[in-house]
Amino acid sequence: MKGRPNNLSVNVKSRPVVLQLEDVTHFFGNLRAVHNFDLTLRQGELVGLIGPNGAGKTTVFNLITGVYRASEGSIRYEDVELVGLPSYEIIQMGIARTFQNIRLFSNLSVLDNVRIAYHPHAGYNMLDAVLRTRRFREKEAEMTERAQEFLEIFRLDTRQNDIAGSLPYGLQRRLEIARALAAWPRILILDEPAAGMNPQEIDQLMDLIHFIRERFDLTVLLVEHRMRLVMSICEWLTVMDFGEVIARGLPDEVRSNPKVVEAYLGREAVVVR
Amino acid sequence: MAKFKKPSVYFVAGSLLIFLVIQGLISTGTLNDYWKGIIFWGGAITIVTLGLNLIYGFNGQFSLGQYGFYGIGAYGSAYVTYHWVRGDPAAMVVALFGSLLVIGLYAALAWGLRRFYGVTVKARFTFYLIITILGFWASVVVLVPLLGPMMWGFFAALPEAVAQPLVFFLALISGGMLAGITSFLFGLPVLELGSDYFGIATLGFTIIVKVLLDNTDTILPFPAMKGARGMLGIPRWTTWAWVFGTLFVVIVIMRNLLHSSVGRAIVSVREDERAAELVGIDVANAKILAFVLGSVFAGVAGGLRAHDITFLHPQSFHFIQSFNPLIIVVFGGLGSITGTVFTGFLWIVLLEGVLRLFLPSGYETWRFVIYPLILLMMMLLRPEGLFGTYELPFLRAAHVAKRQAIAQKPEEVPV
Amino acid sequence: MTNALVTRKRGKRPARFDGLILNRISLTIFGACGLMLLYVLANGFYRNPGVFIQQVLNGLQLGFIYALIALGYTMIYGIVKLINFAHGDVFMVGAFSSFYAISMLDLHRWPEWVWADAPPALVTLPGTVTVILLSMLISGALAVVIERFAYRPLRNKPRIAALITAIGVSFFMEYFGALPFVYTNNYQTYDRPFEVTVFSAGQIPIWVIVSFWVLLGVSVGIFLWLSWRWKCGDVAALAWRRHPLLQFGLLFGGFMAVVLTLTGVPLRIGDRFWELSVSSVMLVIMGSSIVLQVLLQYIVAHTRLGMAMRAAAYDKQAARLMGINVDMVISATFAIGGGLAGAAGVLFATAFRQVYYLMGITPGLKAFVAAVVGGIGSIPGAFVGSLIMGQTEVLAAGFISTPMRDAIAFSLLIIVLLLWPQGIYGEPPADKV
Repeated sequence: MKGRPNNLSVNVKSRPVVLQLEDVTHFFGNLRAVHNFDLTLRQGELVGLIGPNGAGKTTVFNLITGVYRASEGSIRYEDVELVGLPSYEIIQMGIARTFQNIRLFSNLSVLDNVRIAYHPHAGYNMLDAVLRTRRFREKEAEMTERAQEFLEIFRLDTRQNDIAGSLPYGLQRRLEIARALAAWPRILILDEPAAGMNPQEIDQLMDLIHFIRERFDLTVLLVEHRMRLVMSICEWLTVMDFGEVIARGLPDEVRSNPKVVEAYLGREAVVVR
Repeated sequence: MAKFKKPSVYFVAGSLLIFLVIQGLISTGTLNDYWKGIIFWGGAITIVTLGLNLIYGFNGQFSLGQYGFYGIGAYGSAYVTYHWVRGDPAAMVVALFGSLLVIGLYAALAWGLRRFYGVTVKARFTFYLIITILGFWASVVVLVPLLGPMMWGFFAALPEAVAQPLVFFLALISGGMLAGITSFLFGLPVLELGSDYFGIATLGFTIIVKVLLDNTDTILPFPAMKGARGMLGIPRWTTWAWVFGTLFVVIVIMRNLLHSSVGRAIVSVREDERAAELVGIDVANAKILAFVLGSVFAGVAGGLRAHDITFLHPQSFHFIQSFNPLIIVVFGGLGSITGTVFTGFLWIVLLEGVLRLFLPSGYETWRFVIYPLILLMMMLLRPEGLFGTYELPFLRAAHVAKRQAIAQKPEEVPV
Repeated sequence: MTNALVTRKRGKRPARFDGLILNRISLTIFGACGLMLLYVLANGFYRNPGVFIQQVLNGLQLGFIYALIALGYTMIYGIVKLINFAHGDVFMVGAFSSFYAISMLDLHRWPEWVWADAPPALVTLPGTVTVILLSMLISGALAVVIERFAYRPLRNKPRIAALITAIGVSFFMEYFGALPFVYTNNYQTYDRPFEVTVFSAGQIPIWVIVSFWVLLGVSVGIFLWLSWRWKCGDVAALAWRRHPLLQFGLLFGGFMAVVLTLTGVPLRIGDRFWELSVSSVMLVIMGSSIVLQVLLQYIVAHTRLGMAMRAAAYDKQAARLMGINVDMVISATFAIGGGLAGAAGVLFATAFRQVYYLMGITPGLKAFVAAVVGGIGSIPGAFVGSLIMGQTEVLAAGFISTPMRDAIAFSLLIIVLLLWPQGIYGEPPADKV
């Protein structure tokens, strides 16, 4: 399945492409986890990637962020080829992500968690830090200020000195998004942000995603199992099964696509109202 | 000038007090040479252990290689001063300017390698190794005849009271740099391994260093080190001021570094390497930074120790010894500078001083029976160490006040 | 809030080149170094093949002893993820218990107690086996006691606490032993449980050599036949292929055939002539090491205990939920590991005729390194790693530099880890993102 179906004309084609995956294939040993995967992200889009368990969604994320090196194909971010670059460079270029199972620096304070993500933009070096130069003090204060701004957005500012591991689950999820934002991304990749949340928290999360997207002019790529969340906030969807794209399109079209229903929705119809 | 905060003032004042009290005890002769040696030894071990705390406690890389670097620093700086007091500045030039040259070449190479992507660590290692060999070879061939007489002349012109401490300082720095260069070369490929494997590899490193020290006069070209017979004739230059000053500087460096963005990057690697990499931290860089810095500390401490006992023997850098810093750092509390300093001194004073002196004669071997029992008791009763993660206020991260409510609230924010 | 975040500055990225060529250059350099090393060894072989092969045989003997120690390390690490530094001292205790059994009790001649003038063969064989078994029993019990009192209380504490405890236990066993009323801090000469005979060319009857070749041939034949059956779809053949008797035949037959052929058949090249020899100690070491190795393989692969061990090594919590008594399994692992170390202690003392309170450190460490080289947690890995380690040590001492043998052996560790970060047979850890 090459190219996009026609029905995507609703997208504003004039927006610049920020991330383009072409024919990405990845093998784990002999297992083909992702096969000929294409994806084009345009500036400011909010795109969902869905599919049954083991369809290869997280693998796609890992390929984009350099955790695995794609066996074949190309991943271009603006004009840079990402395949082969180490993760931290990809993140520093402006792609931030969260994790399926929360991975905070759980013995550090909430504030430090955010400040760590800010490290590439710290603006001072080791020598400044050791000698406590003026530059260090200014930049450090600025960094703290910024980090606190993020925490404020996520309503975590009252707990900034708490140990991250001691936060309740929902706050940890939020902190993880805050940490990803502190890396100054242009593309935010959310790996099942609603996992383990109750419906009310999911509503809040949806608002939050909308808000940060507007606020920071982000492009958001989202993997999620909760169909309600995906269907209501994503502009368009890509559906994967067994490492391949089986459908693309607007949420409503995807929902009625027989292939998708067979692969996915049929089994989870209850969730889809 | 920024106003100093209260903890800083207290810390400096307290340190000064400790320094003066012990200096007074030494000057008045209350502490005999034996106890003086014990305290100096404690200082050296504490510095080594602070290095290990940086590597293991803060960066999470389980290392048993600290004594290898300690040995390199000790032998390196001792070799420099040994030859210097005998009128030969060549060793000093190679160790000091050669190391500087190599570090400069490293910087150039690192800059060059940044222009390439996908260079494996092993390839990097090869190039750095080649550059190191070339750098030291060039310093022997070019720098020694060029700078040797110049340096000698310069120091001859200085009054003795200035020249001697300066030479000692440069020797310590040389030892530290040699240890740092070795640790960089060793750490570059090996830090990539997981934590346990890294520990095993560093254990191997310590053993290799010990074997090399055993053969310095036969296989390596350093006849003055006298191999397994032990190196004699090192000037006794270490004083309490040197030990204390170095310790103080090391503590301040660690504290300042750890409570900065660089330090947080180092700590984040301990917490979760993958997550650190995926929020944009150059994990390899953070690891090598902590490892090299910790090794430099060990190297400098080695120099202090060498110029205190004036006799070096490879047996004192046996890998069994390298468990000492590990035990101290765990006893003090992983990731606690305060704990390390306290336990480091306590360890040496207790084990080498008290136990040795107070065991009745004929029962000296019981020392090593009691010592593991202390270990066992300690681990069973307090596995998180004496201090846990407690720090003195000065060494703690500055408390960050809550942000002042900004005048104009940001627009309606969900959640 | 400022909008500075939105207009993030993006540094201009310089053009970057593919580093592949740099990787190739470095590989070439490494390859050249490897070739040089091979040249040194080949040169040694060319100049004196007899000495070279004799060294290889000595390395084999060392490797088989390391294998027994390494198995304990690898099993214990596999199940409790602990570098058991006290293992080398369990090995030392094994050596000492056999030392006392022999020098004080005369246990190696017990058949003479019941049958005064028994033929020597009937005395030596059961006597030696008894001594080894006794040492295994004592060391195994010791390892279990250590586990029970030193490691188990720390099972839920940070791993480093158990490691420090292991170091403490190791020191305690060494220096407690060094006390004058235990076994002093001097080297003591060890009386072998059996008389040593050295076989050299012509002294080994040809039918012995041939019969080992036949054993090897039959085993290989059965193995190939079973492989073929398995390919044809006979599932049971796979299990039969792992049968301990077959494995024993392959390993024992193979090693014995090669070693005995090398020593039993005179080595003659042109007009040069070398007489190689193999001692009965070597054969005993090889035999018992292989027997114990195969037995262990059988226990781990085919018994309920082995299954429980593998389950506990994989996930202790899940194993506990499946009704496995994990504490018991861990104790059993320590017992087996300690027992093997004890056997190694007897064999080591028999080979080198010395016991000393620090004798456990170096072989223990080398065996541990061997286990890491082979891939820690893997039993065949420990075996292969130990053989490699033995060869490295002996060949390095013989043909590269004698004083540097330890340095070279540990360099091997680092090089292997760089090539195979988890050792040769190790499996990469799963770090799921």
